[in-house]
Amino acid sequence: MELTGTITMAHGSGGEDSSILMRHIFGKRFANPTLDRLEDAAVLPPHNGQFSFVPSPLVVSTDSFVVTPMEFAGGDIGKLAVCGTVNDVLMMGGVPTYLTCGFILEEGLGLATIDRVAASMARAAKAAGVTIVAGDTKVIGRGGADAATGAGMFINTTGIGFLRESIASGEASAPGATGARAGDAVLVSGTLGDHHACILSARLGIENGITSDCAALNDVAGALYETGLGVHVHAMRDVTRGGLATVMNEIAEASVVTIELDENSIPVTGEVRAFCGIMGLDPLYMGNEGKMIAIVRGEDAEHALATMRRTEHGKGARIIGRVVGQGESAVIVKTRIGGTRKVSALRDEGLPRIC
Amino acid sequence: MEVCGTHTAGIFKSGIRSILPGTVRLISGPGCPVCVTSASYIDKCVEIACTPGFALVSFGDMLKVPGSEDADGMPVSMDRAKGFGARVELVYSPFDALDMAGREPETRFVVAAVGFETTAPAYALLMDEAESRGITNISLLTSLKSAIPAIEWVCDSSSVDGFLCPGHVSVITGSIAYEPLAGKYGKPFVVAGFEGSHLVDAICELVSMAAREGSAVVNRYTEAVTEEGNARARAIVDRYFERGEAVWRGLGPLADSGLYLRPRYSGFDAGSRGLVQSAPAPKGCLCTDVITGRIDPPECPAFGSSCTPDNARGPCMASAEGACGIWHANGGLR
Repeated sequence: MELTGTITMAHGSGGEDSSILMRHIFGKRFANPTLDRLEDAAVLPPHNGQFSFVPSPLVVSTDSFVVTPMEFAGGDIGKLAVCGTVNDVLMMGGVPTYLTCGFILEEGLGLATIDRVAASMARAAKAAGVTIVAGDTKVIGRGGADAATGAGMFINTTGIGFLRESIASGEASAPGATGARAGDAVLVSGTLGDHHACILSARLGIENGITSDCAALNDVAGALYETGLGVHVHAMRDVTRGGLATVMNEIAEASVVTIELDENSIPVTGEVRAFCGIMGLDPLYMGNEGKMIAIVRGEDAEHALATMRRTEHGKGARIIGRVVGQGESAVIVKTRIGGTRKVSALRDEGLPRIC
Repeated sequence: MEVCGTHTAGIFKSGIRSILPGTVRLISGPGCPVCVTSASYIDKCVEIACTPGFALVSFGDMLKVPGSEDADGMPVSMDRAKGFGARVELVYSPFDALDMAGREPETRFVVAAVGFETTAPAYALLMDEAESRGITNISLLTSLKSAIPAIEWVCDSSSVDGFLCPGHVSVITGSIAYEPLAGKYGKPFVVAGFEGSHLVDAICELVSMAAREGSAVVNRYTEAVTEEGNARARAIVDRYFERGEAVWRGLGPLADSGLYLRPRYSGFDAGSRGLVQSAPAPKGCLCTDVITGRIDPPECPAFGSSCTPDNARGPCMASAEGACGIWHANGGLR
């Protein structure tokens, strides 16, 4: 069937038009035995993969995506909705396995656009090793989602995973914001600010080569837990909204530690740095969608770095700082010229400025 | 004194204060255009935004700037007014207003044109473009100022030993603009860039000049600033704007420091000239003393307690380029 039409209120009626979305777009793109039953809920098959001997706890996360523009260099809202939720499950030590997705579609949105986004979601889900097992669509009237840029869509995804066997069995500790201790090393998987700079460029109509880093980080997070590696991971976080400065402050706060970052080691591409310079933005506060930080035991730092660098999404990994003290929550940056500054979490939204 | 708010931000960002000897004190000057905008200007913005059929177009950093206090003693800002139904459109570029005006011919779009020499040419170009496209439902509410008279005011009323001249302003004015001040007041003026290395270099130069009581203008930002500046930008500003008295928050009225649309373009003006009367500063706000370098932000009793970026009493806390906001974001550290 050629997908030439646009979303009408009828697509949200639950009748024949609704089933077109299911049969010709989502059902087709996300086809798998669980979803194909088209029941009211998915009965998840017993998890019979490599963790079958350990009754692993479930790791669950949910997130909603409202990005404008919906399609951008390096990804689209669908890929983002898969990767964002998958990464959240990964950061808590989970192995993402299932995904549900809810679509809110605006009247007037092209069916071909929805299909492109669905195809992109399917690709991202496959790459991240998750099966989309349940979903929902709703239609809202024109102007409800994104009046400024034409008809839009919102997506919510929920990710379900199983806690890694090594963590479930107590062999490795569970990563979390409270796990950082004095002496630990801070690693980042790659360059900062790419997604944020890409989206802002698109919104402002600025042409450049900046591409979103939107990606699922299964390989990087997984590598840190390889059996026999011996890396003690104390905390992991994906660097999303609020940027590195905000993530570091959250961890410093929760673990009651002082973290010192070395500005010289924090990776930012030349193009993103130049973009930030012109726009008056600080890469430390810019969001990514395919980068993470790991806080590991100090003596494991080089080993963890080499391991991360062997993965596709961790090629640009760097050691960017240390946890230097316990008992006080602070994030300090050693600047390029040898001074120090305190960085706080992002306040407000970064607003366009006068000068 | 670093005149420009972006310099203050750069100094903190590079951690320069942490490596300066105690004998050198850096004072944040009046060079944040948001901070010196009078409360009556904010009141006028709010009034326009609340008028049916009107939309106020503004950059984001103006939104939280407090105007006069309402009956409950709460300063009114555009941000608060939005909650009461005022129409405020946030833009990254003033030119976005042209597209909005084209899309909604029934609405009158008033652009809050705030800034120094750096920003004025953009508003002149906006007028030029509006004229050539025949767009008539757009106008400016200007609070455009020249930074030079404010530096002169500081020379007259404080004991600052030397000035880091604003890099962006100097791109337009040229370093020559500070020559009369250097001659008249016998003080050093160094034009500085914004990277850590630029700032350290310029501070070094300024300190050594001040130590030998040198009075000259030195340009240490030659990548962007020439002696003559950008004559084309000044010419288009001159075509649309003329000088007049402007009220600076904290400084009061300064002769010939404001830029106003010339009478033949008065149709594009949304009432900028009537705003000379500045409302009194909010109670407990010492922004005036901060802007003029009499105190550092943490010396204000309201700093960090009753005045925070989320609930700013004064403009220096509300603006990302304001001294108080920058000090607060950096944990109030030196």
